Amino acid sequence: MIEDTVVKKDSYTSTTNACKLCTPLGACIAFKGIKGAISLMHGSQGCATYIRRYLISHFKEPIDIASSNFSEDTAIFGGGANLKQAVLNVSNQYKPELIGISTTCLSETIGDDVGLIIKSMATEIDHDYKVVHVSTPSYTGTHESGYRGTLRAIVEQIATEEKSSDRSVNFISAMLSPADMRYFKEILEDFQIRYRFLPDYSETLDGALWDEYKKIPSGGTTIDEIANMSKAIGTIELGYIGSESESVSKLLKEKFNIKDYRVGIPVGVEATDNLLKIISEISGNNVPAKFLNERGRLLDSYVDGHKYVFGKRCVLYGEEDFVVAIACFLSEIGIIPVLCGSGGKSGKLKKVISSRIDGFDEKQIKVMDGVDFSEIEEISKQLKPDFFIGNSKGYSISREMNIPLIRIGFPVHDRFGGSRILHTGYRGTQALFDLIVNTLLKEKQDRSSTGYSYL
Amino acid sequence: MITDLKILKERERQVYLKGEEPFDMKCDVKSTAGSVSQRACVFCGSRVVLYPVADALHLVHGPIGCAAYTWDIRGALSSGPELHRKSFSTDLTEKEVIFGGEKKLYQALNELIEKHSPKAAFVYSTCIVGIIGDDVGAVAKRVAKEKDIPVIPVHSEGFKGTKKDGYQAACTALLKLVGKGDIKGISKTSINILGEFNIGGEAWMITEYYKKMGVEVVSVLTGDSRIENIKKAHGASLNVVQCSGSMLYLAKKMEEEYGIPFIRVSYFGLEDTSKALYDVASIFKDNTDVMEKTKILVKEEVLKIYEDLLFYKKHLTGKRAAIYVGGAFKAFSLIKALKFLGMKTVLVGSQTGNDEDYEILRDMCDDGTVILDDSNPIELSKYIVEKKADLFIGGVKERPIAYKMGIGFCDHNHERKTPLAGFKGMYNFADEVYSTVMSPVWKFCPIRPELYDNPFLKRGIL
Repeated sequence: MIEDTVVKKDSYTSTTNACKLCTPLGACIAFKGIKGAISLMHGSQGCATYIRRYLISHFKEPIDIASSNFSEDTAIFGGGANLKQAVLNVSNQYKPELIGISTTCLSETIGDDVGLIIKSMATEIDHDYKVVHVSTPSYTGTHESGYRGTLRAIVEQIATEEKSSDRSVNFISAMLSPADMRYFKEILEDFQIRYRFLPDYSETLDGALWDEYKKIPSGGTTIDEIANMSKAIGTIELGYIGSESESVSKLLKEKFNIKDYRVGIPVGVEATDNLLKIISEISGNNVPAKFLNERGRLLDSYVDGHKYVFGKRCVLYGEEDFVVAIACFLSEIGIIPVLCGSGGKSGKLKKVISSRIDGFDEKQIKVMDGVDFSEIEEISKQLKPDFFIGNSKGYSISREMNIPLIRIGFPVHDRFGGSRILHTGYRGTQALFDLIVNTLLKEKQDRSSTGYSYL
Repeated sequence: MITDLKILKERERQVYLKGEEPFDMKCDVKSTAGSVSQRACVFCGSRVVLYPVADALHLVHGPIGCAAYTWDIRGALSSGPELHRKSFSTDLTEKEVIFGGEKKLYQALNELIEKHSPKAAFVYSTCIVGIIGDDVGAVAKRVAKEKDIPVIPVHSEGFKGTKKDGYQAACTALLKLVGKGDIKGISKTSINILGEFNIGGEAWMITEYYKKMGVEVVSVLTGDSRIENIKKAHGASLNVVQCSGSMLYLAKKMEEEYGIPFIRVSYFGLEDTSKALYDVASIFKDNTDVMEKTKILVKEEVLKIYEDLLFYKKHLTGKRAAIYVGGAFKAFSLIKALKFLGMKTVLVGSQTGNDEDYEILRDMCDDGTVILDDSNPIELSKYIVEKKADLFIGGVKERPIAYKMGIGFCDHNHERKTPLAGFKGMYNFADEVYSTVMSPVWKFCPIRPELYDNPFLKRGIL
């Protein structure tokens, strides 16, 4: 329907209002999920500072990211000396359990071999802490792939030993909110299964007030837990988009022959059913009544609210795996995600969405990867959606078109409580469903000349 | 309370306790590797200075990050076009890193100029451009000729210095425009306002003051500015420089090239704002009207808010403040304004202060005040706790440090939306300080257990 009129991505060379962030930002988020970890970016001071500011505006928590602080000399003669000094200073000042080094486009382009530099420091590095490094040049990938690549690097560099099974499960989360992580842990606990959760930034990025300053906030997956991942009988990994070389579950399967379960981010009934089925299978326990009750209430509300949402049209954008999850949920309740857009470019977005949505119709659902917000705006003007759903960066379009925006995911820079948005499981789906229905009701009410007080 | 947080050895001389001798502060140096500096980079310096030019295309040449993190980042208002609020990037990928990004830059400039019809284009070089060796100047020249608008390269590779070097690169870019416009009809009693970025409409307020004084404002650099106005800046008789860090270089260059003298001012607080206006008036002493009008203006404006300020002062007297800002000049005014409100400054620091700045700060502060250069979260949190600050004034990156410890915070950086300049600005500032310091929530914060005496809590029941 819109095929012929829409401007194709390759007709633009530049990017206007990007719908993605740079790769090392994802690395910094992933490292926040490790207990006692501090991020160190190998590059210019600005990268660390910009990423801190961006994350702080969403999470509203102290986020320290050190930098090896390149100067002109460093760029010419290599960053080895700076990186060494940075590692020693960070360890000295923060007393970390792990230093997570991510690279930047600068250090990658001049060809610094971080692995080699770290190796050459073997005698200087205190054995009290680990150093994990990941390659994250921002000219390849996005923050989403940086997040995945970092988790993979962490596990690859720490879980090196084969250990005897303790019938536990490894749970590898996608880039979701601290609230989502708390909920996953609650589910695993209620299933009474031993689990190792990676990464766990549920507390480090959404914690309580302090009575004394903490150099590194408490919480996070411990190094021991990661080292013991080889004890599991299965690894559940959220998200379909990551390639095999980015996948933690695939790595653990190849190395230790641990069964891998790739599942979608559980938003909606079907996706959550699927996740709980797998946890049930691994744990040998039935789904706890608590979640069945949540499911029951959710379905009850689907029925109560179906008329308000059926056939509504929505423009959806964000990280690829997140877009897949929300698209599936919207389809499940009869909303058409007329545009599923992402700045990511894994090349798999369309394939995954079309295979996950029953009766996927290309004429109704336009899937576009590698888009920016200026393209999303152009297309939205033709598609005339009833609402937008995604992070807060779509606000300028929503304002311009006078169409509501439902803020979910990351980042939420213009509303309060971004880290407490629960998207997943029956409980998160319930919150999303209520939010969507109420947004549509509000629109209808506000635009009505009568102003009905029962809807 | 004394914390056990340590200062890095390399940084010991960048921390000074007023009263100690000798005073031998190290500053104006690059950040220590591995210290979590609150500074940004050269690109950041250039980007913030040029950001408010509203009818220009600001194209960031590099991978996506630098443009994404500076999208709509400042509260700099425009009375007309808002092209500056969009984020444009050449979004370099691996292919261009290997084979060069000039072709992509050329295409990007062409399509964006066609789409948005800007009056000029600034092309910011990021780190990687300095390494892969793109000839940005040549591309800019070609596009300028083809599109008939100024296309100005900004040499802002992140690693080539500090934020200050970025300010200079921005000033160098502006100098390519200054002198190109028609200055016929500009009054002798005229000024440029430098280093004012129209955060929350501050430039409008200040311009209005000058208008009432009978002083013509030729160009504001760069708040709510247009390319045409920048081109005419050489027609003014005086440059009035605020935020000295970012624009002093431009003022000095304009003095050299066009013989325009400059003065340094601050529009923060009653004292400094009044002084700024009087200083300008006294330069135009041939025009006796100006001083008379200035006196009337200052009196009127002060009267409007004075009573309210006394109310705030009554409540704020004795409260303790910590200040950490980009340029030290801002800190001078803040200390004075806080003093006016009865508050004591217990910590003051800046990202980019120089020797002279720190000497002034030392002389302004009481014994026991901590003075910091290019500080980091560990030091800042150590001292706001030890010095029992009630309020921390800084930018977005400092906010969570204060809040996590249960200490009030006011944003004095460029991302805020409230005007803090001028007389009205002082009212806004006092009001914001009052509304954070007086909030009842602080009593629940664990750092002050004495304020919320809950026996259940002590017994571990709650």
